[in-house]
Amino acid sequence: MSEIELVADEITNQDDASPEAELITRRLGWAFWLCVCWLVVIVLAAVLAPWLPLKDPNANLVNRDLGRPPYSPSSEFWFGSDQDARDVFSRTIFGARVSLTVGFVAIAFGMVIGGTLGILSGYFRGWWDRIISFAFVVLLSFPALVLAILITSLLDRGLMTISLTLGFLAIAPVGRLARATTIQYAEREFVVAARTLGARHPRIIIRELLPNVVIPMGALALLGMAVAIVAEGGLAFLGLSVQKEETWGKLILLGAGSRDLEKSPWISMAPIFILFLTVLALNFAGDKIRAYFDVKETAL
Amino acid sequence: MAGTGTAHLRDGDVVLRVDDLVVEFPMGRHATVSAVAGVSFDVLRGETLGIVGESGCGKSTTGRAIMQITAPTSGTVSFEGTDLTSLSYSDLREARTKIQMIFQDPISSLNPRRKVRDSVKDPLDIWQRGSEAQRIELVNSILEQVGIDPERAAESRPHQFSGGQCQRISIARALVLDPTLIICDEPVSALDVSVQAQVLNLLEDLKQQYGLTLIFIAHDLAVVKNISDRVAVMYLGKLCEVASSDDLYGRPAHPYTNVLVESIPIPDPELAVAGTTITGEPPSPVNPPSGCRFHPRCPYADDICSRTEPTMRSIGDGHFVACHHPLVTPVSIA
Amino acid sequence: MTVRLQTEGRVSEGTLLEIADVKTHFRTERGLVRAVDGVTFSLERGKALGIVGESGSGKTVLSRTIMGLLPSTAVLSGSVRFAGQEILGLDARQMRHLWGSEMSMVFQNPMVSLNPLMKIGKQIIEPLQIHLGMDKTNAVATAERLLRDVRIPEPEKRLGQFPHELSGGMRQRVMIAIALACGPTLLFADEPTTALDVTVQAQILELIGEQRKDRNMSVILVTHDLGVVAGHTDEIAVMYGGRLVEKAPTRELFANMKMPYTKSLMRSIPKLEDPSHTRLLTIPGRPPDLVNPPKGCRFAPRCAYAREKCVQHEPPLIVSDTSSEHFYACWYPVGSPEFEERDVEIMTNVGVGGSA
Repeated sequence: MSEIELVADEITNQDDASPEAELITRRLGWAFWLCVCWLVVIVLAAVLAPWLPLKDPNANLVNRDLGRPPYSPSSEFWFGSDQDARDVFSRTIFGARVSLTVGFVAIAFGMVIGGTLGILSGYFRGWWDRIISFAFVVLLSFPALVLAILITSLLDRGLMTISLTLGFLAIAPVGRLARATTIQYAEREFVVAARTLGARHPRIIIRELLPNVVIPMGALALLGMAVAIVAEGGLAFLGLSVQKEETWGKLILLGAGSRDLEKSPWISMAPIFILFLTVLALNFAGDKIRAYFDVKETAL
Repeated sequence: MAGTGTAHLRDGDVVLRVDDLVVEFPMGRHATVSAVAGVSFDVLRGETLGIVGESGCGKSTTGRAIMQITAPTSGTVSFEGTDLTSLSYSDLREARTKIQMIFQDPISSLNPRRKVRDSVKDPLDIWQRGSEAQRIELVNSILEQVGIDPERAAESRPHQFSGGQCQRISIARALVLDPTLIICDEPVSALDVSVQAQVLNLLEDLKQQYGLTLIFIAHDLAVVKNISDRVAVMYLGKLCEVASSDDLYGRPAHPYTNVLVESIPIPDPELAVAGTTITGEPPSPVNPPSGCRFHPRCPYADDICSRTEPTMRSIGDGHFVACHHPLVTPVSIA
Repeated sequence: MTVRLQTEGRVSEGTLLEIADVKTHFRTERGLVRAVDGVTFSLERGKALGIVGESGSGKTVLSRTIMGLLPSTAVLSGSVRFAGQEILGLDARQMRHLWGSEMSMVFQNPMVSLNPLMKIGKQIIEPLQIHLGMDKTNAVATAERLLRDVRIPEPEKRLGQFPHELSGGMRQRVMIAIALACGPTLLFADEPTTALDVTVQAQILELIGEQRKDRNMSVILVTHDLGVVAGHTDEIAVMYGGRLVEKAPTRELFANMKMPYTKSLMRSIPKLEDPSHTRLLTIPGRPPDLVNPPKGCRFAPRCAYAREKCVQHEPPLIVSDTSSEHFYACWYPVGSPEFEERDVEIMTNVGVGGSA
């Protein structure tokens, strides 16, 4: 009988056990911390790249003993070298600087604009809510790639242009989450209580709502950063990524010709691998954070 | 609006007087629901008024409309002589510090991400009362009075407390601004029986200590009787009966009150007689019955009940009923 | 397909359910939660048992243990014999033969328990077809009869409606009809009226009682409300902190309460016949932590009558001197000189320091 099975799933949440028993049923777990470690390492490496004992990423380190470049991975070139005898390892680290910046700036921009709009429309409702929600829907319906191509081909393809373009695309999904979460909390009694105690709107938004809305948004931010990094890679393939500096996307593209893939796969494999690990770590950590706080919510 | 009359309103030291309160909500494009359809009552200083009724009778909406959380469609709510419905936002903000509210769900009443002592101190921060040290001192003493360890409250979040403790914390928060009137909306219905008794006793104690006036909204008649001096029974947005609580339960005059009293399961197998006194459920307030709203379920209903809405009349001893055929004979009013 | 239990004929006439030393524990980060910790009782055919307790008493977990409706994290031990057959630890596939046709459940919240996207009719007809192998016409006719049994007006019309078109009380009636559909011998009602209004609650409880008599079905009514069980059960089991602390026929229990917990619970309920502002007696504190339950009697830390022995040694479940069917677990039960001595003190202090 269907209702029995339904309830069997649900029982873990409405347990009859003592009130505290369920509060800490799950932890973040070692896998989460592993992800965090990886992210810390990659961010530190990117930030400190100029001061680390890395080979010059742009130098042509031709080594007669090894023959014609590209060189395969060795103790000298950890990840091998590319066609111009440049060290793939140090290029990947330097590439992280741009890729991570793009991811971070994009999502920060999306969070600030989308989050603000979402919270305000979720809290005040009414006409502004209708207009903002409609704008979100329009943004979501617009083909993202076309928009990205449009902007990047019209403007100069600097770091900020790329970041803000991707950030612009993040506004609607972030905003909708912020709005939905705000609506959910705004109906709770503690918000009503704050109103009756004389708290003004800014205070309610900042003190009562923001701490609750920020958690699911933080989880989304990690996921969003991963999406932005991958999106940058996509733009690179269209030749629309950052013009000057190297990015992971551009590095992958460089080694992605069919002859190179066959003969010297390491040129694209190294950045692909690092990109994959980073995106995986971001996704996994984001997911864990969301699940962790979800559990606390159900326990409430 | 064919109201249920005002015969039961009193003179004297009235803290709150609600006059012909109507609260309507839009339903779809053209329809409206009258959650509260012309309710009048008053509360004297130091009195506890119980409002009792089934879900959908408008008792919670009435509480929220008094606080102006839900804007009344019409009618007045005068608190210590000031009509709250006509105040500007800043005046209302000021006036509302004297009225506080306690809600049903103890856990949802507190911000899950804030330390509970900060939540209790919040009203003092908002109104900049005293120095930080004075605020903490006051908050600590109130927390102790409601039986919560201030040290623990300073460090813990709501989920680290039980439901009963969260309700005590909410009560503490309602007390810090030294209110005149507290509206309690089903404050004990989410709690276990043993904890419910603790909270009811606590409310009685605090009422004496702080000279509070209470409005106690609940569906549980026994609980309402225990704490209230006067009880108002609501059905589908209307008042049926108002009386002192002992009198109301001693000689219920409205057939609906009678049904409510008889439906309560009595914890005594010798008294628990089987036999339902009423069938059906309250109809939807979207399309309320004509005349007396209770007539389709009322065993005593006749023609007049479906046509004319009864008004409040006295049956003596401050006991008022809005019924054409009350179970107690009405006294003729001089 | 109806699977009747082969062993059915062998059981002594009368006993339907026998549970012995049932323990249900949950592994959590904090440690082992002993939600149900050694409960033994039996239930006769056609009788109604009330399991009463506050939140955290283990009443809901116990009923779900018997039904086999627990998540896989639960650690089970003891024995649950249903119609003579051991059913504790059977997996969902094996239990499915019992669900519906032998035992079924009515839940607290009828809105959550009904599938909102499926018409009422389909939700009743499906189990009839699956469990009893009925054909469509037969099943529809049976469904109509069931709805009529649970006093739903215009059953033909209701079959085509969705749950949201019905009121709360009507939905709970539909839930009962579904639970009754395959003619169970045991019906669990877990707080069946808590979500309902008081006038509707009375109707639903009465309906369950009627159906029990008509079908000679056993009922287990799980609730926190002593008032609900008083009028609608033959026997009552009081649970506290995962333990059975008192069990007796309903009249006997109310006439001769032995366990101070049951007594205190009774006294903390506001009563209609008491005048307004009657001071309520309270039970201080809160239910025990089931990860680290108290060493002696689990109620001792909150019990106004507890003495040194209660804190040190756990009292066994013993037979009362008032009735051979009355069991309780207390060293100083109601009526003992030690209890009465304290009780006099407490009753004279009422209204002074009652709120703890």
